[in-house]
Amino acid sequence: MGIFSRIKQAFTGEEPESSEQEKYDKGLEKSRKTFGQRLNSLFANFRTVDEDFFEELEETLIEADVGFETAMTISRELQEEVKLRNVSDPDAVSAAIIEKLVDLYESEGENEDNSIAQAESGPTVILFVGVNGVGKTTTIGKLAHRYHEEGKKVLLAAGDTFRAGAIEQLAEWGRRVDVEVVRGPEKSDPASVIFDAVKRAKEEDYDVLLVDTAGRLQNKVNLMSELDKIKRIISREIPDAPHEVLLVLDATTGQNALIQAKQFKETTDVSGIVLTKLDGTARGGIVLAIRNEMHLPVKLAGLGEQMDDLRDFNAEDFVYGLFKGLVREQPAKEEAETTEE
Amino acid sequence: MAFEGLTERLQNAMTKLRRKGKISETDLKEVMREIRLALLEADVNFTVVKEFVKVVRERAIGSEVLDSLTSSQQIVKIVNEELTKVMGETAVPLNKSPKIPTIIMMVGLQGAGKTTTAGKLALKLKKEENARPLMIAADVYRPAAIDQLQVLGRDLEIPVFELGTKVNPVEIVRQGLAQAAENKNDYIIIDTAGRLQIDENLMDELAQIKALAAPNEILLTVDSMTGQSAVDVAKGFNEQLDVTGIVLTKLDGDTRGGAALSIRSVTGKPIKFIGQGEKMTDLDVFYPDRMASRILGMGDMLTLIEKAQQDFDEKESAKMAEKFQENTFDFNDFLSQMDQLQNMGPMEDIMKMIPGMANNPAMKNVKMDPKDIDHMRATVYSMTPQERENPDVLNPSRRRRIAAGAGRPIVEVNRMIKQFGEMKKMMKKMNSGNFEGMEGMLGKGVTGRLAKMSMNSMVRKNKKNKKKRMKKNKNSRK
Repeated sequence: MGIFSRIKQAFTGEEPESSEQEKYDKGLEKSRKTFGQRLNSLFANFRTVDEDFFEELEETLIEADVGFETAMTISRELQEEVKLRNVSDPDAVSAAIIEKLVDLYESEGENEDNSIAQAESGPTVILFVGVNGVGKTTTIGKLAHRYHEEGKKVLLAAGDTFRAGAIEQLAEWGRRVDVEVVRGPEKSDPASVIFDAVKRAKEEDYDVLLVDTAGRLQNKVNLMSELDKIKRIISREIPDAPHEVLLVLDATTGQNALIQAKQFKETTDVSGIVLTKLDGTARGGIVLAIRNEMHLPVKLAGLGEQMDDLRDFNAEDFVYGLFKGLVREQPAKEEAETTEE
Repeated sequence: MAFEGLTERLQNAMTKLRRKGKISETDLKEVMREIRLALLEADVNFTVVKEFVKVVRERAIGSEVLDSLTSSQQIVKIVNEELTKVMGETAVPLNKSPKIPTIIMMVGLQGAGKTTTAGKLALKLKKEENARPLMIAADVYRPAAIDQLQVLGRDLEIPVFELGTKVNPVEIVRQGLAQAAENKNDYIIIDTAGRLQIDENLMDELAQIKALAAPNEILLTVDSMTGQSAVDVAKGFNEQLDVTGIVLTKLDGDTRGGAALSIRSVTGKPIKFIGQGEKMTDLDVFYPDRMASRILGMGDMLTLIEKAQQDFDEKESAKMAEKFQENTFDFNDFLSQMDQLQNMGPMEDIMKMIPGMANNPAMKNVKMDPKDIDHMRATVYSMTPQERENPDVLNPSRRRRIAAGAGRPIVEVNRMIKQFGEMKKMMKKMNSGNFEGMEGMLGKGVTGRLAKMSMNSMVRKNKKNKKKRMKKNKNSRK
């Protein structure tokens, strides 16, 4: 079901509520409220649609972290449309904005697969990459917990041999969720640790191998080629592995997130994104930016510090949540929208 | 990618304007819009941008920028001055207690780099002031956070106080302070757990630690890549804890770091340190003016503008040019240039210093391997003095010898010699003041006088070095 039709259902009151939906609503209450509120107050403030309105709109979108490019595209397209249709009433424009956002979101997201790939046989290998301090190790801990609960045999590889205490951090997670961790000495070559882990995963029939790597800034050539090497080693041992390369992104990161995605994608062929610290940001717009500018599916979302605060990411539910608040507070829009269609 | 610096944006806007002849009030609005977009693009918070653009606009109107020939430079200058003003005019040192110990508390979100910064800061104090710091591990929440601090302490030979994860952080700090008093430590650095500014329980814990320790310095550690939410974070922490300074981390990445401006303007608190790398020595004092240039993506251009205004003596430089016109560019110059580059730090950073380079789309994909320079250097070192001074003698046999000597493949040697030849041609052109066909080198953004100015300064620097070297050679021959 398209998001737009779901939003429309929200008008008429026949809205499907799932338990998954509730989880999102709860975890992202802050995001949704703020995004909707922002747009609402924007519409409330303007009686006419003029240049100032679009300036304000750009700011609203940027503030919601939809990304600079996306914000500019939306604003530009809207300006043209307003000219074309010759509307000056902000109410009519507001409907058009939501339509535009949803359209954009849907068209960019076609054929997107949000599920985590599984190996057909043998261990599923998932490689985690990202810049420093985004939450790679924590995400692995949470995911290990989930797979362990599902009854899978999970192995962790402590590939961050660089940062002080990183190995210990993963080992602690291993103890907490009761899974094995392959580790090497500090400052040793991460590739060798990962080689050992892959071998062991194969020999001892593990279902899932989660590979941690040291955080690295995407502009460090040497460190990026180290990642490339790690990936090569995994593929050499298990031909179709890694089955997933997940880029971990901090949801509070600004424009740099897009550069991160681009660079990591080039080196390691990132297959999906884990969005962490979503509980701390008041803006959900980043999800739009990621889809529109990065063309990568968000697969997991970190919503807190607890072991089970990791969710499968359902883009549709998320965006539905974002816009739902907006639409509900504006029941008057219903008419305007139906006439437009 | 979308990143064009302010300079480029302004130049584009200005070119459009110049064609019009007379600039009107609405045109100025266009220019202000470019400034606004440049700042938003650099992740500066939108309310901060609004306020900022207003100020710049007023100044721009007041100073008759519009009549001036070099109006875009003028505006860039105003922007930079205002930016520096918001950022604080000078570097602010660490607060110190009149009598020991000075207590420093690190606070911030998860993953901002508090623990790493704590280690770096302790090392800095130890090295620069011969201090005997004690680090207190008060992060009992994140797995192995205490281990991380302990490992750092062990590597840096700095004591760490910890009571495991079962004890309340406030109690840990209390006992840690007692131990520091006993051992007469002159600095105490408290590493706290990362937390959200909206997490009431954890923020309350920080307030308790603050009440107990009465720190001289509460350093809010912020990831320089943070987007619009930097304002909320800074506000939240500042309102509840009244922080005394900011540390910006991960600035060795390619972020513009607009967060710095946002934080500074909502809290009014000085940015004291910046983290610029993974090594423990990579903690630097914050210089507001440099950050201003970085946010705008202007490289070192402003210094050039200033220079042009203050002491750019055309006659002097013409005389110099004449004097050195006949000098040729040889491998010794090449080597000295290489040295200069390397002394300045990692290649990517230097690239950013060159005007226009920071945002030149062509540069985006150029990745400099630090080893490349070493290889080139090795190749030059494998040449005889004669070959270095007169590259024309390099026949295939000599090239083979050089390749073997440097341990590099012969194709690489050939490539380098070819590159050198091109550089030589360029240098000759520059020495004779001919910049034709070279504007492109600095990217589209910098054209005309500005480009010429920066080129000139580069040429002058090279000549000066050459002169020095020749003098040295002469002396050594005597």
